[in-house]
Amino acid sequence: MAELIVISTLNGVLFGMLLFLLSSGLTVIFSMMGVLNFAHASFYMLGAFFGYQLTRWIGFWPALVIAPLLVGVVGMGVERYGLRNTHKHGHVAELLLTFGLAFAIEEIVSMIWGKSPVDYRVPAVLDFPAFTVFSTNYPAYKIFMLVVSVVIFIALLVTLKRTRVGLIVQAALTHPSMVGHLGHNVGRVFMLVFGVGSALAGLAGVIAGPSLVTQSDMAAYLGPILFVVIVFGGLGSLPGAFIASLLIGLIQTFAVALNGSLASVFGPLDPSLGPSPLTDIWNVTIAQIAPILPYLLLVLVLIFRPMGLLGTRES
Amino acid sequence: MTNAPTPSLAAAKQESGGALGFYGVWLLAAIALVVLPLIFSSGGSLTSFSLIGIAIIFALSYNILLGQTGLLSFGHAVQYGLGGFLAVHVMNAVASHNWPIPLPVIPLVGGIGGMAFALLVGWVMTKRAGTVFAMISLGIGELVASSSLILRSVFGGESGITTDRTSLMPLFGWTFGPQIQVYYLIAFWVLVSAIAMYALTRTPLGRICNAVRDNPERVEFIGYDPHVVRYLAYMFAGFFAGIAGGLTAINFEIANSAYLGAMQSGFVLFSTFIGGTAYFFGPILGAILVTYLQLGLTNVTSVWQLYFGVIFIGIVMFAPGGIAGILMKHRPLIRAGTLGTVIPSYLVAAIPTLAFALGIILAIETVARFSGGDPINLLGIPFVATAPTTWAAAAVLVVGGFLIARITWRRVAEAWDRAATVARDRGYLA
Amino acid sequence: MTAAIQVNAVEKSFGNVQIIRDLNLSVAKGERHAIIGPNGAGKSTTFNLISGHIKPTSGEIRLNGEVTSGLRPFEINRRGLSRSFQVTNVFARMTVWENVRCAVLWATGHRYAFWKNTDSLPEVKQRTAQILDDIHLSHRRDVPAGLLTYAEQRELEIGITIAGGASVIMLDEPTAGMSHAETERAVALIRRLTEGRTLVIVEHDMSVVFGLADRISVLVYGHIIASGTPEEIRGNPKVKEAYLGEEVD
Ligand SMILES: Nc1ncnc2c1ncn2[C@@H]1O[C@H](COP(=O)(O)OP(=O)(O)OP(=O)(O)O)[C@@H](O)[C@H]1O
Ligand SMILES: [Mg+2]
Repeated sequence: MAELIVISTLNGVLFGMLLFLLSSGLTVIFSMMGVLNFAHASFYMLGAFFGYQLTRWIGFWPALVIAPLLVGVVGMGVERYGLRNTHKHGHVAELLLTFGLAFAIEEIVSMIWGKSPVDYRVPAVLDFPAFTVFSTNYPAYKIFMLVVSVVIFIALLVTLKRTRVGLIVQAALTHPSMVGHLGHNVGRVFMLVFGVGSALAGLAGVIAGPSLVTQSDMAAYLGPILFVVIVFGGLGSLPGAFIASLLIGLIQTFAVALNGSLASVFGPLDPSLGPSPLTDIWNVTIAQIAPILPYLLLVLVLIFRPMGLLGTRES
Repeated sequence: MTNAPTPSLAAAKQESGGALGFYGVWLLAAIALVVLPLIFSSGGSLTSFSLIGIAIIFALSYNILLGQTGLLSFGHAVQYGLGGFLAVHVMNAVASHNWPIPLPVIPLVGGIGGMAFALLVGWVMTKRAGTVFAMISLGIGELVASSSLILRSVFGGESGITTDRTSLMPLFGWTFGPQIQVYYLIAFWVLVSAIAMYALTRTPLGRICNAVRDNPERVEFIGYDPHVVRYLAYMFAGFFAGIAGGLTAINFEIANSAYLGAMQSGFVLFSTFIGGTAYFFGPILGAILVTYLQLGLTNVTSVWQLYFGVIFIGIVMFAPGGIAGILMKHRPLIRAGTLGTVIPSYLVAAIPTLAFALGIILAIETVARFSGGDPINLLGIPFVATAPTTWAAAAVLVVGGFLIARITWRRVAEAWDRAATVARDRGYLA
Repeated sequence: MTAAIQVNAVEKSFGNVQIIRDLNLSVAKGERHAIIGPNGAGKSTTFNLISGHIKPTSGEIRLNGEVTSGLRPFEINRRGLSRSFQVTNVFARMTVWENVRCAVLWATGHRYAFWKNTDSLPEVKQRTAQILDDIHLSHRRDVPAGLLTYAEQRELEIGITIAGGASVIMLDEPTAGMSHAETERAVALIRRLTEGRTLVIVEHDMSVVFGLADRISVLVYGHIIASGTPEEIRGNPKVKEAYLGEEVD
């Protein structure tokens, strides 16, 4: 039990940090531009596949730098040539554009790399157990992922607090309607923010790819969870997104690790009852309901606290 | 009526003409639905017509939300799928108890299923419009789709739940075994649903839905609660989506969790938006086109879904009014008789645009078939995916087509402006 | 007699900025009441409070004797109060005809009906046509509201406000941005359409205010510093000092 708790906590924090790499960009983009970027998780997927391909061509370490940059360029292109032209048709059109992009990116990825998982491996230098908890070997690569995401997290903090663009972003988070009046070249700032957000998502993909499964449906799987994170944390709140990322990361990881069900706690139902929704619910394990937990959370939040954990605006 | 201003003669004439046209259109539609299978009688086309009919109801129901009330849903398939499941369960129950309920009533059961779910979750969901509604609908969609895999006794797990449509009591000797009988069942429901949904747009509720779409804030100051309006719209959309789901269940004699999924929700969004949300007939066009392409393209290319994505992105960026919007834009010009001045520029623009589109297709197919697959056949010309000449051809078509098309479309815009000015002068354009 | 509108000690803060301070206002039934005051004084905020658009931080608002503070805008509207907006707020994609007709529907009792054809409701049709005629937009009935000229949109704004037949009408700067001739026409229109009803109007044009109002309240920094007949306001030294200056003399 103690072993499960330690391992799951580590994994949960790790998954949470990865989620934050994505949700931070999504939150900032949403606050500044009013666009809920449906394709954000697709940039994460592109990061993973670019990382995989570049690793095969030139090795993991160059890929770690180049792949996120490439994704960032793709993101800037999307902002410059897509969103900016669609802006005049309103937010629904922008949302639809990113929806279409997410769809198209998934199709393109599965067209090029196929629908089954690709063989994206942990680089050899990091392929060893970092330490042993009780009887489980904890892989060094996961520690590396954790370090990278913490470093990025700190870099983000510093950027937000210390740089001019960071100040603009902060202003935009608190007073979204004022972005237009900032007097800076708003178009350039938007493109930059979108590019950086996409690059961060791409980076998350590059480092997560070897550890999780790199497959063409990974964006469709992660995208909705990201929305849950930013609604849960409170739309437009970075600290909220951070807490929600960790929380959902932990919940998901623990749920997957737990095999208990009502049947295992209270004993099996009388077999004479036959199959019914009750027996389904009775026998389902926590691990099996892990995928729906975020959505249950979303519904509960929207009912009981529509502004999310730390949001100021009612969503 | 004495002190009311008498409507002008022209308006009165227009109105009576409108009523005549109104019944005429539905009559024509009814005749077309009856006659179609007599002209195209192969089994394949019957299947296609059936699917198109269902898609039409589904897309129209979606447009109650998107086009009429301004609600963008990413989970409309939930109501469709639940309607389908309820229909299957009721069909099985009817068959095993020998209840005297004929098959044509079953879609109504599906509708009730869709509406019941909307009744249940709709109040919370429709509190807000816009992005928030979009997100919640996505979340609910995922929730229901994943739950359906857990509640195996209700949803039948991966394989779904089957039924036998012929096991219900026959109606006037019809067992609904042959596809042609199923087609007429679907056609009947298409006509009834389409008329009902059109009628809904003309009611006070329908009108207020439009007002909520345009300006929910102001609606509160003319006596209406926009939340209630959205909730009602959501229930009606759920009802008709459920009818479509029930028909699908009858058509395939199965309901499975794919009916509820994100893919299905995405396709109804595509159909509706590509057809055009601003006019009632837009989603009909979209449903016909998308279903037809879906059926046709699957045999031609393995990446047909990508083409939908590309078409959809193109529509969002360049023609957000969809096909219906493009068509209706020309109406004032036709009335003013100035359309002729625009057509030559269209013809000129068509050539590079077509070249550009072919270039895109060639590029996509080259990538898709690079590591194996049949050779590409574009307008009868064979291309080999691995040949550099093919790549060059694609690049030339895409880049050249794009650059030239851009110039010609500017010409179109100029010609258009001139024609519109004339139309405005003649009073056909505001 | 109970007042049409009674505002008692209402306060409103946005964050920690207090915009409305101890607001007291009484508008008698059938009265034409003008609210004047410098830019940013809180006139529109007062409208928002009375019409339920925002809720007071403290205090109480009554409409025809009934407490309405805390109610939603549509609930207040159904009790007989209708307002217009300073920034045109119409249904842009709908035609002029549809705009006015939607504003008629609740008052004629059709509510959320989904079993009636709107086109065949005679009283709705008649009332809509009458209002379009009143606001001189009959010839533009099939034009989407978003394509109207600015002055036409302002007239439509008034049309939507009065269409429901509310007994209390509140107009927020109805003539703002209009030319002299347009203003005159609009004032005549307002005078005629609010005959027999209670009118509260915010206006910067003093000739309009003094020509139209039975009583005037002067709002400065979220507080009413004077309330009275046009003569009393003209002679009030506090008002002169705070707001009117030489403008009135
Ligand atoms: N929702 C809000 N949040 C914060 N401040 C607000 C809000 N609404 C109004 N204010 C502030 O309240 C003050 C009063 O605004 P209001 O619009 O009521 O003035 P007004 O008297 O109508 O002015 P004008 O003559 O310019 O229309 C202004 O300083 C404005 O910035
Ligand atoms: Mg104001």
